[in-house]
Amino acid sequence: MTPYDAMLAPFVEFAFMRRALVGAVALSLGAAPIGVFLMLRRMSLTGDAMAHAILPGAAVGFLVAGLSLPAMTLGGLVAGVSVALLTGLVARTTLLKEDAALAAFYLLSLALGVTLVSLKGSNVDLLHVLFGSVLALDDQALTLLAGVSTVTLVALALIYRPLVLECVDPGFLASVSRSGGLAHFVFLGLVVLNLVAGFQALGTLLAVGVMMLPAATARFWAASLGGLFAVAIGTAVAASIAGLLLSYHLGTPTGPTVILAAGVFYLASLVFGRHGGALSRLAPPRRHRAA
Amino acid sequence: MSAALRLHDVTLGYDRHPAVHHLDGEIASGALLAVVGPNGAGKSTLLKGLVGALKPLGGRIDRGALGRREIAYLPQAAELDRSFPVDVFDLVATGLWRRTGLFGGVSRGDHARIDEAIAGVGLTGFERRAVGTLSGGQLQRALFARLLLQDASVILLDEPFAAIDAQTVSDLLALIARWHSERRTVVAVLHDMEIVRQAFPETLLLARRPVAWGPTSETLRPERLLEARAMPEAFDDHAPVCDAHGTGRAA
Repeated sequence: MTPYDAMLAPFVEFAFMRRALVGAVALSLGAAPIGVFLMLRRMSLTGDAMAHAILPGAAVGFLVAGLSLPAMTLGGLVAGVSVALLTGLVARTTLLKEDAALAAFYLLSLALGVTLVSLKGSNVDLLHVLFGSVLALDDQALTLLAGVSTVTLVALALIYRPLVLECVDPGFLASVSRSGGLAHFVFLGLVVLNLVAGFQALGTLLAVGVMMLPAATARFWAASLGGLFAVAIGTAVAASIAGLLLSYHLGTPTGPTVILAAGVFYLASLVFGRHGGALSRLAPPRRHRAA
Repeated sequence: MSAALRLHDVTLGYDRHPAVHHLDGEIASGALLAVVGPNGAGKSTLLKGLVGALKPLGGRIDRGALGRREIAYLPQAAELDRSFPVDVFDLVATGLWRRTGLFGGVSRGDHARIDEAIAGVGLTGFERRAVGTLSGGQLQRALFARLLLQDASVILLDEPFAAIDAQTVSDLLALIARWHSERRTVVAVLHDMEIVRQAFPETLLLARRPVAWGPTSETLRPERLLEARAMPEAFDDHAPVCDAHGTGRAA
């Protein structure tokens, strides 16, 4: 197999591969920076919990309207945003911390969703919701992915300062501005939006992977916030391309393959990473600088 | 002398339990006030109330014509997340928030002012260092540079000298003295009585309730310090509702 056959031919010959590529790149552009913020805010598992919260909403949309993108998107958004709002409300008004509040609400959402689905008595194939269908993205789905990533990048730019300051120095932010709380809610909304967009391509649960794995990978290579975004987006795009090609050649399911590719980048960074990778820790340079 | 901040029977606390109980008084414009007291006396809580980050459970804080952004606040260094990848220049630049707000740009003139503030605390050359790589003293210098940029008429400092070496303390005290000479109001929570006696003309001794408030030599008399130390530290969950307010609990 020539390099052309291996790496370019699938995209040149098949429209569905090109569409998958565009969709995955669009998702990477928005989700990777969100993942970086989740990681820096020590909320890495929040994405996962949110994905569980969204799943029942999407499933209910599926039950009501069949395989309809607007219905499933709307269902997922409603479930995700309700859980995010209730969590934020409980964390800021009662003594429960955000993680405990979120755990409670996503579990309730999941249980409610599963109950509703079984009441309906339909044995619909929910595999699509669970694992996505990146090779079957229609125009509607591509527009949604591109739109979400555009909204994400613009919104992140707008709430960038309070979002960063709320992590670094919350006491100072509270003394100069009341925007910290609002920025946090907008940010949670963006998490939900990206997961809802991601479930079309990769499935609800795997959409978290393209958010968190590149972010965790970036931590080993970049020391600045800008650097983290760049490395995370680059990793997400590279993992998307590698995953698409591997699944094409090996016949493996696409969503999981993309995430596994991101996992390979992560594991490699864990060992070879410049900042705190295992090798740099185990075998530190023998000579240190004079100053 | 007019008052910068007036406290009317202020009670501040968390979860209905007061950390500062029935505090009356005023902080004069241009005052240089130290707030001292044992751990758990409500010193940090008082600053949070003064800056407006915490709403009083009872009473009222009168800031006069002072806007929220005209009060600069230095939180305890421990509240900072030092693992976050932000560098000294950007951290100091947040002191311009009053002008830039959420979206305003940082002009070339602002760049010069940021460099000047960094130079003013002796951190030139550290601009691109991540805050996580700074020592405790260097970080505190950077935070003072941010205060310089904030150019506020009221400056609130929460334990600015915790775990800081003598040289840095004396440099930062010089900055505080300069603010005082510029007629700014400075309120600092401190633990080192020597520093208080040397550099702060006025002191509030707090043990949840005000034990004494006045000239430092009066406030820091041994019998008063002893009285402050006798404060019970734990909240009493079964304390009756406080008489003086309808809203707070007594302890």
